[in-house]
Amino acid sequence: MKPNIAHIALAAGLVASFALNAIAPQLDDYAVNILVLAGINIILAVSLNLVNGHTGQFSLGHAGFMAAGAYTSSIITLSLSPVLSTAPAWQGHVAFFGALLVGGVFAALCGFLVGVPSLRLRGDYLAIVTLGFGEIIRVVIQNTEALGGARGLEGIPPYTNLLWTFGIATVAIYVVASLVNSTYGRGFIAVRDDEIAAEAMGINTTKYKVTAFVVGAFFAGLAGGLYAHFISYIAPEGFNFLKSVDVVVMVILGGMGSTPGVAAAAVLLTLMNELLRDFEQYRMIVFALLLIVLMIIRPQGLLGNFQRRKRKPAQP
Amino acid sequence: MDWANLTQQLINGLSLGAIYALIALGYTMVYGVLRFINFAHGDVFMIGAFAGLYVHRWLKPLFHWMPDFLSALIVLLLSMLICAVIGIVIEKLAYKPLRQRSRLTVLITAIGVSLLLSYGTQLVCGAAPKGFPQLIKNETLDLPGVVSMTTEQVVVLVVTVLLLISLRFIVQKTRMGLAMRALSNNPTAASLMGVNTDAVISFTFGLGSALAAAAGIFFAMLYQAIDPFMGILPGIKAFVAAVLGGIGNIAGAALGGVLIGLLETLVVGYSKNIGIPPGFRDAVAFVILILILMFKPAGLLGKSEREKV
Amino acid sequence: MNPLLTLKSVTMEFGGLRAIGDLDFHVAPQEMVGLIGPNGAGKTTVFNIITGVYKPTRGDIHFQGHSLQGKKPNRITALGIARTFQNIRLFSSLSVFDNVRTAMSGRLRYGIVHSFTRGAAFQAEEARIRDEVFALLDIFGLRDDADRQASGLPYGDQRRLEIVRALATGPSLLLLDEPAAGMNPTEKVRLMELIHFVHEKFRIAVLLVEHDMRVVMGVCQRIVVLDYGQKIAEGTPDTIQRDPKVIEAYLGGEVTHA
Repeated sequence: MKPNIAHIALAAGLVASFALNAIAPQLDDYAVNILVLAGINIILAVSLNLVNGHTGQFSLGHAGFMAAGAYTSSIITLSLSPVLSTAPAWQGHVAFFGALLVGGVFAALCGFLVGVPSLRLRGDYLAIVTLGFGEIIRVVIQNTEALGGARGLEGIPPYTNLLWTFGIATVAIYVVASLVNSTYGRGFIAVRDDEIAAEAMGINTTKYKVTAFVVGAFFAGLAGGLYAHFISYIAPEGFNFLKSVDVVVMVILGGMGSTPGVAAAAVLLTLMNELLRDFEQYRMIVFALLLIVLMIIRPQGLLGNFQRRKRKPAQP
Repeated sequence: MDWANLTQQLINGLSLGAIYALIALGYTMVYGVLRFINFAHGDVFMIGAFAGLYVHRWLKPLFHWMPDFLSALIVLLLSMLICAVIGIVIEKLAYKPLRQRSRLTVLITAIGVSLLLSYGTQLVCGAAPKGFPQLIKNETLDLPGVVSMTTEQVVVLVVTVLLLISLRFIVQKTRMGLAMRALSNNPTAASLMGVNTDAVISFTFGLGSALAAAAGIFFAMLYQAIDPFMGILPGIKAFVAAVLGGIGNIAGAALGGVLIGLLETLVVGYSKNIGIPPGFRDAVAFVILILILMFKPAGLLGKSEREKV
Repeated sequence: MNPLLTLKSVTMEFGGLRAIGDLDFHVAPQEMVGLIGPNGAGKTTVFNIITGVYKPTRGDIHFQGHSLQGKKPNRITALGIARTFQNIRLFSSLSVFDNVRTAMSGRLRYGIVHSFTRGAAFQAEEARIRDEVFALLDIFGLRDDADRQASGLPYGDQRRLEIVRALATGPSLLLLDEPAAGMNPTEKVRLMELIHFVHEKFRIAVLLVEHDMRVVMGVCQRIVVLDYGQKIAEGTPDTIQRDPKVIEAYLGGEVTHA
């Protein structure tokens, strides 16, 4: 098989993740902290962008998928921890990887469940339904004693490092980018631009929409698992609607449908969150104003090329 | 069957439902004339409660020589007026530049407005929940059976009914109401017939926001605490109420609000009997939303729309 | 010869309102058929029923021996029916090239997994599609615009691109919904040439909804006339032009001259 640019980029990303992880001991904790959070945000933003940006199915429930992955993987590693605490470190990391994947698959299953009603809904209605799904996931966790209820789970083993974070971020970017950059993948954008025309051109819009939700939710689940095993503590309140909005802001600032744009926006917003930590109460006000102004003067985002589309008239 | 308990639950459910109904009306009227979900509407409800708090604080010296009902009425009307103005300003600044843009663009803007209102309130008033003053002396009225009702519940129900009657009068009998109905039936024809679209839209936002303010004050009266994020959940639940009743349909919004208030209260009241933990009350509305959108997307009283191909 | 497309007593009601009533007609392979009628006669509704956008209340539609009942639009397209839209519906943010290649994705042999692995078979198929798209763009003189965003094309080119995109699905029946709308007389003449060219070159049947009588008469071998959702006449352009019922329907309603 001839190597192509996509493969080379994937390999380069993975090598860079190894390198970053190798120099981690030389960095101070604060820098590593910011890097890991940036990596997790990249995964969240790039995966949500597949749903909201490329496919045009506006989801406000990404935090719910993140919660599904975070809780599933944490329950697994917590229940294995008596065994793993005495085992060699590499076995712990293998178990962690397995737990992450199970969390991702469970989140993907939730994504499938959300994707199905999305088939009949458009735009703003879908946004509210996904918000509702996300909230249902949160309410269920909050009321399940086995998951720690409202108190949350603590003592989650801190397996997450720069290699896991950026390795998975690289894979997420690769998957979304290669998915969209093919004849098959242009169908996602066709569904966004005009669903009726897409169907008329032989595109199975159902399959595309569900695929976007499943892939998006899978990576959100991985991001949730990484987050849980980094902070070591998760609670349902951390995955509420405002967390979903955080990710939506990244996607919009980066430009819906632009993978490099939203990845850059994820890094930028992570940095801003840290730099503005002393001005916490102003941070969200700035974001809110940014959203409003952006929609009025530059709806394609700061970096993207999202189309300004005229609303189609509804037939009475 | 414990009839007294059921009646009690129904009374509690009705007062909560009245609040959802008042908020839902704003969603449905705005959807009727502009065809978009004003996501920030729940935050206008929150601002209404805060306006009530501050109006009461400022005018307290005047209230000493007034009967309770009069001072409460002044607080209510002033808060409604404040929110009406805020609603109109929001529409002019944030939504008006976006007419003819995709619904999604407007929704994102509305999310921005929602964040701005809640975090702005947090910045000005602080994040901690605030106690809400007792606007009317609260007494418990014993009804036949072992059922009781607070004066606040009575006030909420009576005033809500009065507001609904006035709304019906405005929509059915006034020129503005006629113009609103014309605009929601056929925007192009309405503007060709000389309806001043901008004025009608402003009026609709003002009216909806005033009703949301009333709901905010009622909510604060019943639950006695307010905070900058109190609008998110009731706002979304009220939106569900509007969808349940058939979005764009005024009677439907009121019906949907009452139904959701009742269902939510019954789930909590009978959680042991039906095996659903009371904590799931916040999920009730979302489950209803998903079911209604999958099986009867036009809502209970709504008409379905077909996209033109 | 067996007909390509057959509609048998197709009825469509919207909330009790009858838009199409007991409609029968057929299109033979490689035939050029016009579907005309006054405004609101239900022509576009017929297109929407054939392509699966609307489910008919009653009646059967058969295409090449397959029943189209309950089939989703993308399945119907895969069987060989392609369409354009009255109000242009291009994928506005995609390039001209991508608009055309997206229409080929229904015929792909590889799918989602191959998009990740990007192996030799994937590369080969992408290369083949690229050649096919460029060949089509060449034929219609759009090659120089391949990288332009579809929404940036001039109006006439957008109409042309819609036809190219429909052809890329590999149809044996092409439905054209008012292709001459908004065109000036010169553009209309060129459109007629284009339709004839497509018919000859791709050896496909064409069903044309059009207001402009000159275009319909100049293109179609047979014409079906609808009024209030009913078929009131059917025949060659000559007989249709003299049919008193047709004249009455048009005089009673709106008369459209070229």
